[in-house]
Amino acid sequence: MLFGFPLLSLVIWLPIFIGILVFATGGDHNARLAKWLALMGSVLSLLVAIPLYTQFDPIMSGMQFVEYHAWIERFNIHYHLGVDGVAVPLILLNCFTTPLVIIASWQVISNRVSQYMGAFLVMSGIVNGVFSSLDAILFFVFWETSLIPMFLIIGIWGGPNRVYAAIKFFLYTLMGSLLMLVAFIYLYNVSGGSFSILDYHKLPLPFVPQILIFVAFLMAFAVKLPMWPVHTWLPDAHVEAPTGGSVVLAAILLKLGGYGFLRFSLPIVPDASQYLAGMMIGLSLIAVVYIGLVALVQTDMKKLIAYSSVSHMGFVTLGFFLFNAYGIEGAMVQIISHGFISGAMFLCVGVMYDRLHSRQISDYGGVANKMPIFAAFFMLFALANAGLPGTSGFVGEFMVIMAAIKVNFWYAFFAATTLVFGAAYTLWMYKRVVFGVVASPGVEGLTDVTGREILILTILATAVLWLGVYPLPLMEMMHTTVDGLLAHIAHSKL
Amino acid sequence: MNFLPPNLAPAYPEIFLLIMVCVLLLVDLMVGEKMRYVTYLLAQIALFGCALITFTTSVPEVVYTFSGMFVDDALADVLKLMVYITVSMFLVYSHKYLAMRGLFSGEFFSLVLFATLGMMVMISASNFLILYLGLELLSLSLYAMVALRRDSVVATEAAMKFFILGALSSGFLLYGMSLVYGVTGALDITRVTEVIQSGVVDSTVLVVGLVFIIAGISFKLSVAPFHMWVPDVYQGAPTAVVLFIGSAPKLAAFGFVMRLLVEGMGGMVADWQGMLIILTILSMAVGNLAAIAQTNIKRMLAYSTISHMGFMLLGIISADGNGYSSSMFYIVVYVIMTLGTFGMLMLLSHEEFEAERLDDFKGLNRRNPWYAFITLLLMFSLAGIPPTVGFYAKLSVLQAVLGAGYIWLAVVAVLFSLIGAFYYLRIVKLMYFDEPESDAPISPHGDVELLISVNGLAVIVFGIFPQTLMTLCVYAIQRPI
Repeated sequence: MLFGFPLLSLVIWLPIFIGILVFATGGDHNARLAKWLALMGSVLSLLVAIPLYTQFDPIMSGMQFVEYHAWIERFNIHYHLGVDGVAVPLILLNCFTTPLVIIASWQVISNRVSQYMGAFLVMSGIVNGVFSSLDAILFFVFWETSLIPMFLIIGIWGGPNRVYAAIKFFLYTLMGSLLMLVAFIYLYNVSGGSFSILDYHKLPLPFVPQILIFVAFLMAFAVKLPMWPVHTWLPDAHVEAPTGGSVVLAAILLKLGGYGFLRFSLPIVPDASQYLAGMMIGLSLIAVVYIGLVALVQTDMKKLIAYSSVSHMGFVTLGFFLFNAYGIEGAMVQIISHGFISGAMFLCVGVMYDRLHSRQISDYGGVANKMPIFAAFFMLFALANAGLPGTSGFVGEFMVIMAAIKVNFWYAFFAATTLVFGAAYTLWMYKRVVFGVVASPGVEGLTDVTGREILILTILATAVLWLGVYPLPLMEMMHTTVDGLLAHIAHSKL
Repeated sequence: MNFLPPNLAPAYPEIFLLIMVCVLLLVDLMVGEKMRYVTYLLAQIALFGCALITFTTSVPEVVYTFSGMFVDDALADVLKLMVYITVSMFLVYSHKYLAMRGLFSGEFFSLVLFATLGMMVMISASNFLILYLGLELLSLSLYAMVALRRDSVVATEAAMKFFILGALSSGFLLYGMSLVYGVTGALDITRVTEVIQSGVVDSTVLVVGLVFIIAGISFKLSVAPFHMWVPDVYQGAPTAVVLFIGSAPKLAAFGFVMRLLVEGMGGMVADWQGMLIILTILSMAVGNLAAIAQTNIKRMLAYSTISHMGFMLLGIISADGNGYSSSMFYIVVYVIMTLGTFGMLMLLSHEEFEAERLDDFKGLNRRNPWYAFITLLLMFSLAGIPPTVGFYAKLSVLQAVLGAGYIWLAVVAVLFSLIGAFYYLRIVKLMYFDEPESDAPISPHGDVELLISVNGLAVIVFGIFPQTLMTLCVYAIQRPI
């Protein structure tokens, strides 16, 4: 352990400060400088986050790397940071994704480059803040602030319908989180004036307030995750966002919702969580099955992947609300794995979009003839998205299905349909886009991936395969935390 | 009979300001058109002097003078200091704007200072009549300021509306006060409190009086359903005058509410709580819903003011020290944001051109990224999105209202603030997502540019470190607890 060294603060504030420096490079005549500065900053942020993995003690329960300072004494709000086995993988995923996004946008973005690159760095720091806050208001500040860069990224660099998508994204998420804020203030008053999340974990609560708090949290996290039926902002946001925005949205921002369930809903209101588990499982299964079918009929590749994200996120909530270790760990593996796979899928679509400026499946066909290397990468990610054993997509889904079968056969049955539907929509899209004869003069003119693109895709492919073959380090990391959480939920707070 | 001269010390700032206004009027006669900035500097010096006097004569205990008609306490000191700062910032923001429009005249500054004097009297009054005196001094100066551009039709119309409705509301207030006087037989606020708490008075008449008083206050605070004048005055008056109306008088109005409702009618909490709940919900509804439909930014900000005043009342509804200091924090934050927003509007205006359509913000990020960023901060702050200070303002009033047990009211409030977020976002959208309509460069004025940067950054600096400002508000409210 690095005693006393504010590692988490560094992980949060370093990208934000470098992001501000990138903003300061000004107009597009300094674009080169902005890009290199952003790349250096993001790599540096990844490097400083590595001690979170190497110094993390997976045996120890409770929070690690804790920082605790008075912040707003008037309301007893503290600058309280700390991470456990659930938060560290998410922070690492976030730090890992940012450099990839910056490299992916290297040539595509030529307009207001410094603002684009800076926004991603700032967002990376803010998201690290969300994952490491142990004070409800600090958490809320980071949580809401993360909307601002994404709003601007979609709205400035997005597609034709970007304004609608950006405002819908913002208002939807804001609606959910405002009720969460009311719940926090209620907890503050009930707990006798504390905003500490760890105090809330211990706070006894009667049944009816528990239900209301659960619903308020659900509004925030369900919108963010997103769960059916509040998922409708996601396809719009994904379709309109630039490639980098889609990657961060899918790989990182959706995970905030899943993290919220683990950090807030389950431990703060365990009785309500168990009481309403049936509803949550129902909603999750609807997402898995129904949204899987919706994905099948999409004609826009990005929309298809967006719906596939919603469907995969159904596994996350399913795993959480089964209340066994397999379920929660499986859901966490699914979260990390989906971060790699969906990021990679959006990057693949981005690679094609940069060349042909179309996302319509019907505009493609026979891409493999012109882009063989790309087709191979795309194949790997498509199979991972469909949950092929040996890729990371399989591990999480398999664990959740195992957990479900222990609880109820039919849960497992409906969850397992994703192996059929997932394969159907992903591979069918892949077939229509990549195989066959060259469909149009546009496809005829395609050139294969460049070295820069190969670099990103290789990194992601390695991650997908590594997590698929050897997920043990990830599971070891969160084992103690998940056991502690389950033991905590088992005690009634009534 | 011996005549005992009253203790003048608590009123030194007021006396100093009155002398300075007279000096300013005389000096203004001597200096010509070219030397008008002397008047401007003199006004700034007057405000600075007041601040110095208030600061040095500030004592922790409550001091009454003029036979208990005038009071000096922590609330008065803090609010007055805020008023000086606000008025001084207003003068910096507006002097170039006024000069371009031929409004940079001696009368303007004397009116501003008289209005300031009125606010100070309102804040320090401890007697119904003195309260009324301060209010009228403020109001009459404001009517004249709105009508200052007398060749403009909209300005004249706005001034007429403002004057007639303002006079009506003063009438309401006076009628309410006279009913309370009739029942309690007292005009001094301390005495009224004692009589009400003794419980020997006819509460029916008292409640009728309270209704009129609340109606009068609501006019001045621009709370729905007494808000009709606000959009028209905001649209018609010169932007500089709107900035003045929208900023410092709100601080004074808060002081007014504290003196009249909390200190004077504190024994009738249960009665005015109910009335205020209706007013606050109406204001949040009218303000946020009507703002969406506006295309004129000044009208939009007028409705935004109405909704913010509704939010501010949430703290007063909770009727404890915590709630009052939350409301005060809300008002102070609101004034900071208003100064910045209207300052930006004046910055975007130039000689021939008045920035008042929403579309004038189009593509600001292309024309000047720094101004766009400052406006972005101000808009997110108005919408109450962290990490800006607007969030903590909402947080503290919500905390107060939840603490008082009104969970449903807090939920209603956050839902309306969600609606409100839409029209602030629309400005961000115009600045960042749209292409500019004109490429006219924005002429920088050194001092204004510096101040607007400080103002914009204050929104985020206070957002990250709100503790100082909150402590100040808690300190100011210590007495009524």
